[in-house]
Amino acid sequence: MGFHWDEIPGMLPVLLHGLLITVLATIMIMIIAMVVGLPVALARISRHWFLRYPATIYVQFLRGTPVLLQLFYLYYVLPFAGIRLEPWTAGIIGMSLAYSAYLSEIYRAGIEAIDRGQTEAALSLGMSRAKIMRVVVLPQAIRIIIPPIGNILIGLFKDTSLLSVLTIRELMFEGQILASTTFRHITIFTVIAVLYLAVCWPSAAIVDRLERRLKATPQGDGPSARRSFFRFLPFFARETG
Amino acid sequence: MIKLEHINKRFGALHVLRDVNLEIARGEVVVVIGPSGSGKSTLLRVINHLEGIDSGTIRLNGEPIYDYEKDGKRVHDPEAKVRAIRARVGMVSQRFNLFPHMSALDNVASGPIHVRGTPAAEAKAQARVLLERVGLSEKVHSFPAQLSGGQQQRVAIARALAMNPEAMLFDEVTSALDPELVGEVLRVMKALAAEGMTMAIVTHEMGFAREVADRVVMMDHGAIVEEGAPAAFFSNPTSERTKAFLQAVIRH
Repeated sequence: MGFHWDEIPGMLPVLLHGLLITVLATIMIMIIAMVVGLPVALARISRHWFLRYPATIYVQFLRGTPVLLQLFYLYYVLPFAGIRLEPWTAGIIGMSLAYSAYLSEIYRAGIEAIDRGQTEAALSLGMSRAKIMRVVVLPQAIRIIIPPIGNILIGLFKDTSLLSVLTIRELMFEGQILASTTFRHITIFTVIAVLYLAVCWPSAAIVDRLERRLKATPQGDGPSARRSFFRFLPFFARETG
Repeated sequence: MIKLEHINKRFGALHVLRDVNLEIARGEVVVVIGPSGSGKSTLLRVINHLEGIDSGTIRLNGEPIYDYEKDGKRVHDPEAKVRAIRARVGMVSQRFNLFPHMSALDNVASGPIHVRGTPAAEAKAQARVLLERVGLSEKVHSFPAQLSGGQQQRVAIARALAMNPEAMLFDEVTSALDPELVGEVLRVMKALAAEGMTMAIVTHEMGFAREVADRVVMMDHGAIVEEGAPAAFFSNPTSERTKAFLQAVIRH
């Protein structure tokens, strides 16, 4: 037993493949969750109850139960109702739904942080609610929500380890398989910890820097600040150009 | 042109507008004064439908707008119609509310582009002319954060003018400004008045009111207590409430 440096090169290809799956799952889930989260957030703050109520139930349900339980439900419980999902399908759907709920709350907080006077000024010009959201509110809210979204992304990256219970061969599950045949637990799970850390630590540093920069530059403080900021989001930059 | 008939508005238990009747003729400049909480701002916000009313009728060129009695029932204009009416009446508020992520030029062009669908190049060319008119041709590409309060407020006026409104509402537009910046904003408004723009102005600048107003309206506790031509109004107010208010305001 103990830590075996010499065995690391041999297990690294398998673990790196697991890491690749982890990264791919993170990207897929994040993209779906970001897309689904926006309409959920907009429905949550809608003036129409028939949009607001279902969205609220959706969010509370997904926030109020463990992701692990949701994954279990999709993969192990639904078959009893005759619905059989592939591990990947269940995993991506389950985690995307959960994260869309988390993200919708961040979107909502960002949107609600924008001064009401902005909306009123746009209303006075005769703009529609949809235009106001797209042209006035969202471009400002993005500044506020980028740092928390970065933190959510890092959280998601670690949470994809839950996919191991669906037999998806991401980093954690590859480690378990490897450990069950080689019994090199200390070496394997230490290497896995280092691999997670190697991604998360620099990512967190980037998020921190981004947050400081967004705070340091007052909104719209010069075209250069704006351009560097909107470079991340060409979709919204179009509206303001 | 704008006519308010028996307008009542309550915020819960607070009766902010009490049976208000006011008519603003085309080309007329009406200045509304009164202590804070007297309902002056709400009066303007109601004309722009930023607040609804509980009863009464608002008319634009004789036509009832927003919500009004029709065949004995209270009806509400559809969103699209409300928007179209709002676009015809410009509003500028105390807190400028420029869009911070847009340059001065984009702020001014935003109405025509996003409400009227004017091509961007055309809207921006008009915006340049308007910014020049308010004395900001040098600041076209500046962002709100780079402008002084007075400059921001002039951009806000230009932004409202870009919609080619039939009337303009000014809600304490100089109240948030440093004293030395008030003059530049008032100059722009005087020029507008001289051009014949129909204007309703809520202000605490009594000198300006006397100079620019065709008619002065005094409000207190949600009701109009006195109105008249500025010369008579300021030198010889009839209501005790107006006398007390003017004395308190003019003393300092």
